[in-house]
Amino acid sequence: MFDALGNRLRASLRRLGGRGRISEADLEAGLAEIRTALIDADVSLTVTDALIASMRQRAHDERIVGGIGSGDRLIGVVHAALTEALGGSGRALDLRERTASILLLGLQGAGKTTTAAKLALRLLREGRRPLLVAADPRRPAAAEQLALLGASIGVPVHREPIGTPVAEIGRRALESATRLGRDLLIIDSSGRTTLDQELMRELSDLREAVKPRERILVLDAATGQQALSVAEGFKSVADPTGLILAKLDGDARGGAALSIAGGAGIPVLFLGTGERPEALERFHPDRIAGRILEMGDLATLAEIVREAGGDPSAPLAEKGAPGSSKGEMSFSDLLDQLRQMSSMGPIGQIVKMIPGMGGMAAQAEEAVAAGELKRAEAIILSMTPSERENPSLLSIPRRRRIAAGAGRAIEEVNRLVKRLEEMRLLIRRTGGLDPARLAGGGRGLPGKHAGGYIRPKEDKKAKKARRKGGRR
Amino acid sequence: MKLAFWRKSTHEEKASISAAAAPSGRGVLQAIRRSLSPEPDWSALERALIESDAGSATAGAIISAAREETGGTGRERLRSALVALMREDARATASEGSANQQVILLVGVNGAGKTTSAAKLAARAKAASLHPVLVAADTFRAAAIDQLRLLATRTETALVAGRPGGDPSAAIHDALTQANARGLSPVIIDTAGRMQTKSGLMDELTKMRRVIQKLAPDADVEVLLVIDATAGQNGLAQASGFNRAAGVDGVILTKLDAGARGGVALAVRRELGLPVRWVGVGEGGSDLLPFDAEAFADGLLGDAV
Repeated sequence: MFDALGNRLRASLRRLGGRGRISEADLEAGLAEIRTALIDADVSLTVTDALIASMRQRAHDERIVGGIGSGDRLIGVVHAALTEALGGSGRALDLRERTASILLLGLQGAGKTTTAAKLALRLLREGRRPLLVAADPRRPAAAEQLALLGASIGVPVHREPIGTPVAEIGRRALESATRLGRDLLIIDSSGRTTLDQELMRELSDLREAVKPRERILVLDAATGQQALSVAEGFKSVADPTGLILAKLDGDARGGAALSIAGGAGIPVLFLGTGERPEALERFHPDRIAGRILEMGDLATLAEIVREAGGDPSAPLAEKGAPGSSKGEMSFSDLLDQLRQMSSMGPIGQIVKMIPGMGGMAAQAEEAVAAGELKRAEAIILSMTPSERENPSLLSIPRRRRIAAGAGRAIEEVNRLVKRLEEMRLLIRRTGGLDPARLAGGGRGLPGKHAGGYIRPKEDKKAKKARRKGGRR
Repeated sequence: MKLAFWRKSTHEEKASISAAAAPSGRGVLQAIRRSLSPEPDWSALERALIESDAGSATAGAIISAAREETGGTGRERLRSALVALMREDARATASEGSANQQVILLVGVNGAGKTTSAAKLAARAKAASLHPVLVAADTFRAAAIDQLRLLATRTETALVAGRPGGDPSAAIHDALTQANARGLSPVIIDTAGRMQTKSGLMDELTKMRRVIQKLAPDADVEVLLVIDATAGQNGLAQASGFNRAAGVDGVILTKLDAGARGGVALAVRRELGLPVRWVGVGEGGSDLLPFDAEAFADGLLGDAV
C-alpha cells in the first residue's frame, strides 16, 4: 500500500538525501516533485498544497537550505509533515458502554458490509460479543450479504424486512442485543452513490435511535480528489469519529487517507487489506509515513505474525538477532518462516514491512504465484538436520544429493543457499529483528537515522552518477 | 467493438450528463468576468482538471493541447481539447447495424457498480425491443447472484445464474448455450469484482473470454470495464490491468452523480486509448446513458474559470 506514492517520493528524496548541502533551488525542485507525487497518489489538491507549504516552512525553520547534512534532515522534515497530516498517534475505539455501538457510514461500494464483518471478527477476538445489524432498507440483497458474512465468522446478524424504517431497525436491534446477550452493535447503514436527503435523514434517525459513540466512515482506498468533499458531507450529518480505508490490498495509493485526515481532521483507524475477514489492520500514522518513505514497518509485521497464531518473538526475531545462541539464521528458521508466511496471507504485504525490502514485495508475490515457496520448502526438507543448521556443510556432492531428493535442479539448491546468505546479510545490516524493537514500533534503531530509517542501499552506478552530478 | 442499437442519446440525456458532472451552476458571472481577461488563466484550468482526477500528466497534456487551439476563451479552448480527446473515431462504430449476436462482458474492481450496470444495460436493451439475458457469473461475492436475480425480476429479464462458489465460466457456458437455443441477445454477463493485481483472478477473466469465443464465435463481443467516477489515479491502473487480461473495448463510468467528475476517464483515454461507452448518472433503472463527449466536457469543466 501507499507504494506508488512511496516510490516517487523515495526517488526524489534519495536524490536530495545524498547531498551534503541543499540550495534553495534544490529544495524547490524537490518540493515540486513531491507535489506531483502526492497529486498522482490522489491526495486532494488543497491538502497537497497545504502539505507542501508546511514542508517548505519546516525546511526554512530548521535552516536546511545551505546547512550541513541537509539531505537527511529534509527527509526528516517530510516524514514529520506526513505524520502530522495523517493525524498524530492512533487511538483505540470508544466502546465502554454496556451495549456499545459502531455505526458504519459511506458511499455505495465503499466496502461497508465487508468492513462490518471484519470489525465484528476483530472485536470478537478481543472478547466482545458483537451483533451485526443490517440497516440498509434499500439495496437488494444487502442483508443477505451481511447474513452470509456473519455466518462465516460466527456472529449473529439482526435484520428486518425490506422497507422497515431505520429507526425501527435500530430500536429492535438494541432489544435483540439485550435478549441475545450481545454487548456491541455494528451497524451497516445504506450506501448511496451520493449523500442525498434521504440518506441524511436515515443516518440522523439511526443516530437518534441508537446513539452510537463511534461513527466510522468507510472509504474506498481508490477514491480520488472527491475524498475530502465526501468526508465533509458526512461530517455535516453524522460527525464521523474515524475513518476506515478499505481495499488497500490492490495497488491503490491511498492518498485519500492524507486528504481526509489532513483536510477534514477525521483520524484513520483501520485499513482493509484483503478480502478475508481477518484482513483489517490497525492504522499507525507514524508507521504509514515510515512506509511511504521506506522506513519499514516492523511493528505491523509483528502484529500480523501474532494474529496468524505465530509467536513474533520466535523465528523472525530471536534467530536472526546477533548474540542469540547461533547468531545467524538457519535453514530451519527459513522453513518456519515459509510455513508461517503461507498461513499469513499475501506475502507481499509482509515483505513490504521489512525495512529495505519494499521493492521486493512484488517479486515475493510472484514467487508465491510461481510456487517457489513450495519448492524451497521441498529443498529444505531434503537436507539433514545438521545441514539445515549449518549451511557451510553444503558441499557440491551434498547439494547434488539434496537436489535429487527434492526433485529439483542443483542450480535451485544453489540459489536457495545464496538467498539464505543474502537474508543473513540483510538481518545483520538492519541490526536484527529483536522483539523489543518490534514492540516499540520500529523506533530506536541503532545508527544516525532517527525513526529507524535505513537508507536504501545505492548501487555503484547511481552513486557514481550522483557524485558526477555533484561536481558539476 | 462497439454495439449499435441503443447508442443514440437524446437532448435530455445530454443535459443530464452535464448536470451530473457539474458541481454547481453558479458560474455564469464568473465566466463573463473571465472571458474579458486577455490571457486565459491556464494554471487555474489545470487545477480544475487535477481536481476532476485527470492526474498531473494528463492535466498537463490537455492544457498544452488547449493552448494550441486557436480563438475563444481559455475555457472554450480547453473544451475543444477535451472533446477532441474523448470523441470516438469512426472506426469504432463500424459494427453499427450488425445483426450478429451481442455479448457484453462486464469487468471491474469490487464495488464499481457492475451488477447495477448489468441490470441497467438489460433495461435499456428491453426498451429497444431486444431480448436480453442477464448472466450472474459473480459466484464469489456473498449474495451477488441474489442481487442480480432481484434486479432481473424487477425488469422481467431472463436470467442464467451461476452456482455460488462455482466456476463462473460454467455459468457463461450455460448462458450462451441457452441464448443460442432461444435466440436471446444481448447476453449481458456480470462478473465478480476483482483487483487488477490478483493474477489468478485475472487469468479467470482470460478463461471467460476463451469460453465466449468458443461458444459464440460469430458474436460481437464487447468487454466493458466498469470504473467508479469517484476513483482517482488507480482507475488508470485498473484499466491497464484489465485490458491486459481481458482486452477491454470500452469503459462504463458509474456514479457520475456522486459529485465526482470522472476525470480519470481522460487519463484512461489518453494513455490507453479506451473510450467511455456509457455513464451511470443515478440509481434508477434508466440512469445509464450513452456517453457524449461534449456533454461530458461541459460537466467536467462545470464552473471552472
